[in-house]
This record gives sequence, structure tokens and C-alpha cells, in this order.
Amino acid sequence: MIHLTIDGIPVEVEKGTTILQAAEQIGVKIPTLCYLKGLLPDGSCRICVVEITSRGRTKIDTACTAQCGEGDEVRTMTDSVIESRRNTLDLLLSEHRVHCFSCEANGDCKLQELCFEYGVEKTSYHSELAPKPIDDTNKFFTYDPSLCILCHRCVNTCNEIVCRGAIDTMNRGFTSVIGTPFNETWAESNCESCGNCVQACPTGALSMKRRKKYRSYQIEKKVLTTCPHCATGCQYYLLVKDGKIVDTQAAVGPSNKGLLCVKGRSGSFDFVHSGDRLRYPLIKNRETGEFERATWDEALDLVASKFMEIKKKYGPDSLAGFACSRSPNEDIYMVQKMVRTCFGTNNTDNCARVCHSASVAGLAMTLGSGAMTNPIADITQKPDLIMLVGSNPEEAHPVVGMQIRQAIKRGCKLIVVDPREIGLAKKADVHLKLKPGTNVAFANGIMHVIIEEGLQDQKFIEERTEGYEELREIVKEYTPERVGEICNINPEDLRKAAIMYAKADKAPIIYCLGVTEHSTGTEGVMSMSNMAMLVGKLGREGCGVNPLRGQNNVQGACDMGASPNDFPGYQKVKDPAVVEKFEKAWGVKLNPNPGLHATEVFPAAIEKKVRGLYIYGEDPIVTDPDTSHIIKALTSLDFLVMSELFMTETARYADVILPGVSYAEKEGTFTNTERRVQRVRKAVTIPGEARLDTDVIIDLMNRMGYPQPYLTSAQIMDEIASVTPSYGGISHARLDAGESLQWPCPNKEHPGTPIMHVGKFVRGKGWLYPARYVPSAELPDEEYPLIMMTGRILYHYTTRAMTGRTPELMEIEGKSFIEMNIEDAKALGIANGDRVKVSSRRGRIESTARVGTKVNKGETWMPFHFPDGNCNWLTNAALDKYARIPEYKVCAIKVEKA
Amino acid sequence: MLEQSYYLKADEIIERYGKQAKSLIPIMQDIQEEYRYLPGELLTYVAEKIGITKAKAYSVATFYENFSFEPKGKYVIKVCDGTACHVRKSVPVKEALFRELGLSAAKHTTDDMLFTVETVSCLGACGLAPTMMVNEEVHPAMTPEKAISLIQELRKKEGTQ
Repeated sequence: MIHLTIDGIPVEVEKGTTILQAAEQIGVKIPTLCYLKGLLPDGSCRICVVEITSRGRTKIDTACTAQCGEGDEVRTMTDSVIESRRNTLDLLLSEHRVHCFSCEANGDCKLQELCFEYGVEKTSYHSELAPKPIDDTNKFFTYDPSLCILCHRCVNTCNEIVCRGAIDTMNRGFTSVIGTPFNETWAESNCESCGNCVQACPTGALSMKRRKKYRSYQIEKKVLTTCPHCATGCQYYLLVKDGKIVDTQAAVGPSNKGLLCVKGRSGSFDFVHSGDRLRYPLIKNRETGEFERATWDEALDLVASKFMEIKKKYGPDSLAGFACSRSPNEDIYMVQKMVRTCFGTNNTDNCARVCHSASVAGLAMTLGSGAMTNPIADITQKPDLIMLVGSNPEEAHPVVGMQIRQAIKRGCKLIVVDPREIGLAKKADVHLKLKPGTNVAFANGIMHVIIEEGLQDQKFIEERTEGYEELREIVKEYTPERVGEICNINPEDLRKAAIMYAKADKAPIIYCLGVTEHSTGTEGVMSMSNMAMLVGKLGREGCGVNPLRGQNNVQGACDMGASPNDFPGYQKVKDPAVVEKFEKAWGVKLNPNPGLHATEVFPAAIEKKVRGLYIYGEDPIVTDPDTSHIIKALTSLDFLVMSELFMTETARYADVILPGVSYAEKEGTFTNTERRVQRVRKAVTIPGEARLDTDVIIDLMNRMGYPQPYLTSAQIMDEIASVTPSYGGISHARLDAGESLQWPCPNKEHPGTPIMHVGKFVRGKGWLYPARYVPSAELPDEEYPLIMMTGRILYHYTTRAMTGRTPELMEIEGKSFIEMNIEDAKALGIANGDRVKVSSRRGRIESTARVGTKVNKGETWMPFHFPDGNCNWLTNAALDKYARIPEYKVCAIKVEKA
Repeated sequence: MLEQSYYLKADEIIERYGKQAKSLIPIMQDIQEEYRYLPGELLTYVAEKIGITKAKAYSVATFYENFSFEPKGKYVIKVCDGTACHVRKSVPVKEALFRELGLSAAKHTTDDMLFTVETVSCLGACGLAPTMMVNEEVHPAMTPEKAISLIQELRKKEGTQ
């Protein structure tokens, strides 16, 4: 340890500690401009200078770079320090266009603040500012070099934290600017518009365009909440002016570490104040087919009476209700409670059915709990190797993607298993560009090599698993050569990947919908846990099997029991003791039969087995496979009720629409992908006549004869905790007091569980599931010769109901496209950018070809966000046998030039 | 898009120094030596091959005066304008060259791609001021006349006059 004094205060630090860090330790403030915590110091701004007396000699040095020495005496505010800082500010101002009066950063500018503090009113240097062009091309922000102090915080943020490397310092000396390569505009560069550089900028050089609309002192409140898009669970503040959200500001949350992506920072609030929000209840006039404005009483009376009429006539199982995995836990809990207590059925589900239901089912079968085993920070900061399967986190979970890029930068190895050359594939040590739908064969091949090489963890297998003998016999057949043929990959690459994964000490498997959205999705998931168990990489740091859940609260929606088989906390409907428990808790007789999965409700509607449907905030016409089939199902219903923010495609088919309330207008919690329950807080008031969704549900429950008292969101969470063992210790009060809790959290004293299955699986022994490769349900043939995969892109979230209302996002990506391989395109006479007709056995759409080598020959890929060519008209509703998840990732199509 | 041969050459040069970030400068130097400039497409190609960002590569290339994204002439003439050369009248030498070749501070290279004229801050040969270099060869005690006759000699050698 090293001992020194700072401003006379003694301090003891480890060797290698900088003076700045030591000062922070004892609460002495030293001003900085270029310093970014956690990175190597830039040392460029010179504002953090201090006076250091070391072995009798006194010098001025930068506190961010100077390391503490034994016996050093540091003074942070002597006359010469002040003089030096003044000089630095004077020089900075000589190259700074001073127009604070109209500058967006006025009041938030660190340069302005320091000049004020040190009494520097204007520069004493007489120089003319060289004109430097402003880059205004980015949709969300502007770079004005005449305000830039070249502190490099933006560059270091982009290179070292976001790890995108879109910008750097160009030229040198007086001509230095922050820029993109080859004088490309910002918009032409590979910038992802995440805006983390803007948040890092200490002046107005990088400024969000929306800053022109408010001054920081006009912000009446800053509300800490959770991003409503993907399941990373980023924390940020919503900034409110005149009752409207005008901006976001990243907070340092456990999963986002102060980072945000373009959707979180810029696509998460425009929709809240969108002019086309539904503001009052609507009832469809049966004669004209038009929606007419109704009062709440009229709408709720109609909904309750109609559902009860159907129940009376056709029985409780003729009703169904879907919750929404974009909404808070408290809302979801109330939806499933209403379905179970009032409808009297277990026909309840949520959109996890179409994304990660295979993970929930698969991991519950093999490990005993269907969730990510390790936290995001753990699997990005600790591992030596990451195996990424069927996941494109740079686009679908961008802030996780940034942290994976940081891991790679740190030296972590990466194996990418994906049919597309995603961004991370370029950084991978091995990219297995396998044929879509062959995950089980791939995993069996990996295990074949591991066993052949004797790299399996025999002790772990014997002590903690069962089923090894059977699995070993199966994987024997999966030689790298055979797997190479099935998966269309090089057997040597498979060998290399298997050995790298097995030999790495800490190596998580991170996977996503490329594994689940198959007719063999659940077996694909179980193959992931097979691989991890075989090499003992479960139940410890930097390892595990980690499904990146799709939507902000899809983990929570499953936890809350919006599932035909599970009550809250995965308590099984088929277990009579569980039914009895809930009958006691809720005070009514409950239906003991498991219900229909969402994907089964639609065919059941066509068969008139389901007649009344309540949908809370989902848009299956856009998101579910085989759109014509969904429309047919919805039109077959006797009665459809939607709770919605907007007039969505699906809402048009409703008989009654109840206006919903967005995440920014209510209290609640989202559970992110790492099982972390985080608060959602009300920032603005509810528009129009809309009412809190939980109040509406409670009203409906009372009208349907269930005496449900009104509860606040916090009280609903208390009820959830009382019936859900894994949420037993969770309450709004604990979260508001600053605790961050990951379930299982069984009681009020429990600190939550970051890593699952430590020492013992939830299931007891882990099950090595004997999975054999089965080809996808619909394979290419002569008529439909290409495979189509579907997915999503960085700039939009699923149906675009939210992100589509941020015009800038629509300008960046606003139209349907299909990725094709250059050889297929050539053979069809299609060039990059050509309009194409795309058809399958189920439908036909038009789109625009993006030709290249991102996908292999014989394969194509489409996003499902865009109504001008939504691939779900083409996708196949073939279902997985366990989870009933549809096969979005493989169907056969034909492409022709339009 | 450059011809394939450029990329093959770049591969050969990359091989020489290894696919690592620290090879960037020597690779750029060798490419510039080969083509007398640094083709932008090749810099992008090299960056991807050695695992650095395009922005970082461009940042390094623009930091050093020596690297040029503009094709240079066969004869690169560097007129020293360091303090010693400046006071011994290097400016008239430069201006004479500009006049003779139809160049300016904005246009550095003749259309026939024979000559490029640049100024440099110091060649480290102050005793010989004013100094200039033609490719690797140093020419001491220059005058405008000597500079023009040197150009004429080079033109003769190239058979353009």
C-alpha cells in the first residue's frame, strides 16, 4: 500500500492508483473534462492538474495520469494550479465558438461551468476561428467542430465502451476534428446512432437535435425507469417538460452500465405523445363496421356481459385472454387472474409463445428453471470465451452487444453459430455459418468431439446429471463429417469450436431466437443445456446457458403465469395442490385443466371452439406466422376485445377497443432477461379518457362477478409476492429503496439470486436430454427453392407500434427488404435494390432485394417490422411439440423479379 | 473499386508485418511506396484484415503528413520551408516550381502524373539551405533557376520534351 496526503488529508491506496482515483476515494473533487471512468486516462484536457511534491521536488501534473507515490504531498487548489487551469481554459476558449446564449448545451456545459468557476470570461488570445463544417447528417444529433475541445470522450466512448469505432480524431494540430473516415458524413458511416458519444460530450459539440426544444432548467422532473424495448432492461431517466417527455438520459443500471442503444435513447417516448393514441373506448357498430366512441360504462358493460354470455352458452374454455409481454408484471398478473377467476379457463398466454417459450419449456425440463442462468455483467465481464448461438445481440439486444464487443476487445474468444454473417461474426474466432434448422445436429456434433477428445467433465456428469449414457450413444452417430454435411459447415471448424469451448475455463452459451423459433425449438434449447452440462459449465461464474429474452418483460410475463400450463412462478396447473392453493388465495373455484397455447387459440377459433378473445396489447396479425390464417381466426370469433395504445392491424378486427396506458404513464415492474425485477415509473399523466389498465381490468372483474378490490401497482406486487415463491421477497418498497433483485428471491431478507443452479439444479439432477436431429417442417423444393429466415433489426422493435412513431427511425430504416445471396440473385436476374415478389404456399408479398453474402446460397432473411411487405404472410405455423412455438426461422419460398 | 492486383499486393504486404494493429504504419508505408500514394479502398481493406476500425486507420493516416490519399507524381519534390531554408529564400524556389509546372498550394501534382511539389517543415539539412528533395535525392543550395533546370532535365529524361 502507498501512503500520501491530498490537501493535507492522509490516504492509503494500492500501487498503481492515480491521484484522481485517490482523491475520489476521500471525496476531494478535482475537475476533469476528458476523463472517462473505467478507461485508461486520455490525459489530453490538462484541467485536472494538481501540484505534487515528491521527494522534495514540486511539479504540476495531471491527476488522471499521475500515479500515487509513497510520501507524495498533493495539493489540488494552489495558486499555480488555479493559474494553470485558467490558462488551459483560456486556450480552450480561443478555439471555441462562444455562443452560450443560443447553445443547446447552455447550463449543461462543463467548459462553461469551469470558466465560470475559474473566472475566465473570454479568451485572451486573438485568433480567428478557422471555419469548420458542421455535420448535421445524423438523424438524431449534430457535430459542430467549432464547439469541440478535442477531449476525445466521444471517441473513447465509441471505441472503448460502445466498441463500434465509427469515429476517431482526424488530422492533427489546428486542423484536428472528430470525424468519420474518408470525410464520409456521419450518416454514411457505420455509426449506429446510439448517442452514447453525445451523452459523453462535455460541451455542445455533439448535441441531440431535440435539445433545441428545451433548456435543462425547464425540465420539471427526471423519472428513473426501465426501457420498454428489449429485455436488457436498460435504466434511464425520462425528462419531462410541460407535462411531456422531451428526452431520455442514460442511468447506470446493473445491466446497461450507463449505456443506451438508439431505440432506448431516441425511440422510447415519441409514441407516448403520438397524436394517434387511442383516447377513449370504442365499440364497433355491427351494421356499419365503423368504430364509435363509447363511455367506459358502455364499453365495460358490453365486454363483461358478452364474455359472460359466451361462457354461459359455450362453457369457460370458449374464452381466452392474452397478456402482453411489453407491459408490467402487475398488469400481466391481473390479466391472467381475470382469465382464471372470471373467464374460468386457463386459456391465457403471452407473446413468449412465439419467441422464447421453447426456452421456458426446454430449460425447465433439463435444469428445472426456464430462465437465463447468469447475469449479463457476469457473462460479458468474466468469460474467456463466449459461444453465441442464433443470436444477433448487436441488433436485437444492442447494449448486450456492446458489452460482448467489450469482452472481445478484452481478449475473450468468440464462437458465432449463425446462418448469417452478423456483425459479430466478423470478430469471431470461429463462425459456424450453419444451415437454418440444424441446431440439434450442430450441438450433437460439438458433444461428439468433446467426448471423442475426452474433454467432458466426468465428475460434474456423475454428480449432477442424469441421462449421460443415452446421450453418449446418440451423439456417437454425429461425427463432424456427418454434421458438416447436415449443417453445411466445415467439420474442422466444428472440431475447433468444440475443443475451444470445452477447454475454456469460463464460457457461457448465449442464445436467442435462432435456437427457439423452430419446430424442434425446445430440443434445440435442451441441446444448449446438454453442451453446457457435458463440460460442467453451469452453476458458476462466467458460464451458464443464457437465453437473451426478447421483449422488455417477456421474462416477467412468463413468471406471472400468463401461460396455459402455469400459475404465477411456474406452479403447474396440472398439480391439484397448486390449483387448491390458488383457489384459496383467490377465493373461487378454478379450472383444473391446462388451457390452450396462444398459437392453438387461433385454429380453435376457426373451429369455433374459442369464441371470445381478450387481447391485452398484442398485434398477432403482424407478429404471428401465416397472417391469412390469423385473420381468418379473428374474423371467426364471436367477440374480440383489445386493450391497445393504437389502432393496430389486429385492433381493426376488434368489437371493443379499450384505450391503454403506456409504460411512461404508470407504475410497475419489468423483469429483464437476467431475472432482474426493475421499476417502471410514471412520468406523465394519462391522455384523454384513458384509465389505468389495472383499474380497467379490476372493473371488468367486478362486472363479471368477481369481487376484486382496487389495488395500486405496489399492492398488486405484494399479492404476487404472496402467491409466487420466487417473487416472495420482492416489493416496490425494496426496489425503490435502491435494491436490485434477481429472482428467486423467496423472502424479504433474501438478496436475490444472480447465478442459478449453484451446487444443485433447481430440478435436482440436470437432465441430458437425448435429442436427435429432425429436419425443419417445410424444406425447399422445386417450386419454393429458397429457405427464408425472419428476424428483426436494430432500428425497430417488433410491430413498430412504438419505434415506428419516431420519424427519424423510419427514415433510417422504414421499408421491407429481403437479404439474398449474390449467386441466387444472379441466377434470378435480380440486382441489389431491385423490387422482388416473394411467395410461399401461404402468401405473397413484395419487397426489395439486398444482395450480398450475408446469407448463404439457397437462404434468405427478412425482418417482420414493415407492413409494406411483412414476411409473416409467408411464414409457416408449424409448431414445436413441447412449447407450441412456430417455425419462424425456416420456411420455403420463391423469389422473382417484380 | 481497385483492380484485384492491388488487393493481392496488400495481402503480400500485410503478410510481411502480420495481422496486428501495430503493423498499420509499416503496411501503409509499403503500400504508399508501391503506388506512390495510399489508395483509400486499400486502407479500408487493410484495417479490416488487421482488425482495427476504418476510422482508426484513417485517423492514423491523416495524422502523418507523409501519407497521401491523392496519387502522387513519379517525382515527388519536397521543398524545405524550415526556418533556415525559409530565411535563405526557399519560397521563391517553390514559386518557381509552381510556375514551371502549373501547380499551386491547392494543386500539388501535374496532370501527366510526373511531378508533385510539396513543402516540408525541415529536412534536417539546414547547412545546405535552401534544400529540396526529389524522391530520395537531396539537392542543396537551391535557387529558382537551378530548380527549373532540374525540372527540364527530368522532363528530358522522361522524353516528354
